[in-house]
Amino acid sequence: MSDFKLNNETVLERIKTHFGEAILSSETPYDMLTLEVETSKIHNLIKFLKEDEALNISFLTLLGGIHYPENTGKELGVVYHLHSLIHNYRIRLKTFFSIENPEIDSIVDLYIGANWQERETYDFFGIKFKGHPNMTRILNEDDMDYFPMRKEYHLEDATREDKDDRFFGR
Amino acid sequence: MSNWKEENLHDTLKPQLSKETIDGDIATLNLGPTHPATHGIFQNILKVDGEKILSSEQTVGYIHRAFEKLSERRPFNQITPITDRLNYCSSPINNMGWEMTVEKLIGAEIPKRVDYMRVIIMELARIADHLVCNSVIGVDTGALTGFTYVFQEREKIYELYEEVCGARLTTNIGRIGGFERDFSPTFHYKLKNFLKTFPKAFNEFDSLLARNRIFMDRTMKAGPISGARALEYGFVGPNLRAAGIDYDVRAMNPYSSYQDFDFTIPVGVNGDTYDRFMVRQEEIRQSLRIIEQAYKNIPEGSYKADLPEFYLPPKEQVYNNMEALIYHFKIVMGETPIPAGEVYHSVEGGNGELGFYLVSDGGRTPYRLQFRRPCFIYYQAYPEMITGQTISDAVLTLSSMNVIAGELDA
Amino acid sequence: MGKIEDLQTINGEGYQLTRLEKVLGAARANSVWPLPFATSCCGIEYMATMGSNYDMSRFGMERMSFSPRQADLLIVAGTISKKLGPILKQVYEQMAEPKWVLSVGACACSGGIFDTYSVLQGIDRIIPVDVYVPGCPPRPEQIIDGVMRIHELVKNEPLRRRYSSEYKHLLNDLNIETNE
Repeated sequence: MSDFKLNNETVLERIKTHFGEAILSSETPYDMLTLEVETSKIHNLIKFLKEDEALNISFLTLLGGIHYPENTGKELGVVYHLHSLIHNYRIRLKTFFSIENPEIDSIVDLYIGANWQERETYDFFGIKFKGHPNMTRILNEDDMDYFPMRKEYHLEDATREDKDDRFFGR
Repeated sequence: MSNWKEENLHDTLKPQLSKETIDGDIATLNLGPTHPATHGIFQNILKVDGEKILSSEQTVGYIHRAFEKLSERRPFNQITPITDRLNYCSSPINNMGWEMTVEKLIGAEIPKRVDYMRVIIMELARIADHLVCNSVIGVDTGALTGFTYVFQEREKIYELYEEVCGARLTTNIGRIGGFERDFSPTFHYKLKNFLKTFPKAFNEFDSLLARNRIFMDRTMKAGPISGARALEYGFVGPNLRAAGIDYDVRAMNPYSSYQDFDFTIPVGVNGDTYDRFMVRQEEIRQSLRIIEQAYKNIPEGSYKADLPEFYLPPKEQVYNNMEALIYHFKIVMGETPIPAGEVYHSVEGGNGELGFYLVSDGGRTPYRLQFRRPCFIYYQAYPEMITGQTISDAVLTLSSMNVIAGELDA
Repeated sequence: MGKIEDLQTINGEGYQLTRLEKVLGAARANSVWPLPFATSCCGIEYMATMGSNYDMSRFGMERMSFSPRQADLLIVAGTISKKLGPILKQVYEQMAEPKWVLSVGACACSGGIFDTYSVLQGIDRIIPVDVYVPGCPPRPEQIIDGVMRIHELVKNEPLRRRYSSEYKHLLNDLNIETNE
């Protein structure tokens, strides 16, 4: 289907015909289609986007986590940025889940480049990716016992002694 | 004739390893973290059979400085010095990528002159980055002369940066909305000189290595990767172009008026070290072409956009005008309100697509800022690229991939 | 024969009268072999200092030794994170006496702009430092100034600094073992 033009409306329609019930919301901030997807279906959606002959969205640009402590039940999330090099089209997928048991399917079987990005997301947020070959910390020390990018933790280490909170208004 | 018998020897003089173990042993070798040949702190634990590498395991994170957490604490104009330290060999590109991201978020109109000025600075940074990478590939093969020639040229580029922003390496160049001042007459003079003298010096460096028999024998077939495999890994930049895929953010999603310029994108064939070297050499020439076009056609106009909420007002107005005083105060204290939203913007850095995913909740600092760091993503492919090669080829592959530790670990 | 306090150097035809410390100090200072422990941006400025514009080899320092045993001066240029701290300490311990440490850049001196959970706030928390060069990154001229101060230290150091009580106390504080 080489005459399929990719723009936000056509892509959204095509995704909805195959995955209609998995798309929870869609918006286009700054002209990039952003879909919020149900956590259990995101792996299949990314696989569909990669293998569909019309869409050909087959380059993983970025994978990262995000933490919204106020959204109870959906505190942690993973954001995927995908890119179709052939059609020059970018898309963003988001999925949220609870902080109690943060688990999501890994997409290492689709994109090898997701390997370290998922490890980094685990290191920073504590999100476990099921099916990942080596789910360990990558940038921080292995014996670190907390996930630093979560909003409840300070930037500085607990061992810092020469920043007096009285002078810094904390 | 000595009646030398093994049982009469002291324990330590007896052969410690039997012949079978020496011939069939697989040794574990630790390449790093502090190693003269790895440019940066990376650890690779290699399993070698003689000189041939069988497998390797990587450890990174030795310079993890927590940029993403740090930027959640800082107001938007204070994040520019942080982006400097990502790929510090070409820091102006990182700075301008960040400024363009914020300008996209707030929806600012940037004058054309600013775009052309940015292009000149960014292409100079790209030249500086590629010069370092290529000369270091030369050093790793044993050719130290190219390094000294090239660093002399980099000093000229540093002088150009100093004319614009005052710093050499970690530049913090530009502002949200343009530049802090117009290009001074000294800058014009130095840039004209640079455009005249650099091609000759660069050709001298090129003649040392590009068609050098020894260099070609060393680097051809060292660390190859195919285009399809590179795409699976998420390669971008010169490494991907050496593998045959012509993906360049400047051509695909043009920013800062890149569509006005005429340049070609060099593409390699095998994806080995020689191709990466040659792609970067050609990119230096193309960058020079872009700078010449930008400099010749630079339009008249303002060097800054009209953004009173983000761009510091001139000092005379701050002292005389109440409104300017308030804006000055708010910008310096970082209390400017930023619209809420999320945006992803990418620029073609020295190593490829450097992306900024910015989520703002309307506060004075970003809610989440994630950097798409090309080095972090393509360094994963290193074990695959060196399996079956010798240790010296592994060292060459590492330096030809231009892995910058600051960008790898952030 | 007691200790001779202030001895002038007397040159003559075929002889020279001076103190052994001066001769050894001059020999050591003009051929310091550095170990560049360059981690990040300051490493690139160090490379520029070694280039032909700011030439380090006029100080006899162009032979960089990456083997700690053969090095005299440990130049720590760049951010040291907590993960890298034990490695830096190990490299320092492997160096043979006499040894000096030059801390280049704000990150090595005190953590720099990175007051985060993962960055060591200054290498003097784990190894003793002789000269600090501030800057982010320091200009090559500043690095050369730091190197010249190291040379002053090297020239004027008593032969047996390593046996002095202050030095031993300092190493004890940092939990560095000495092989004395």
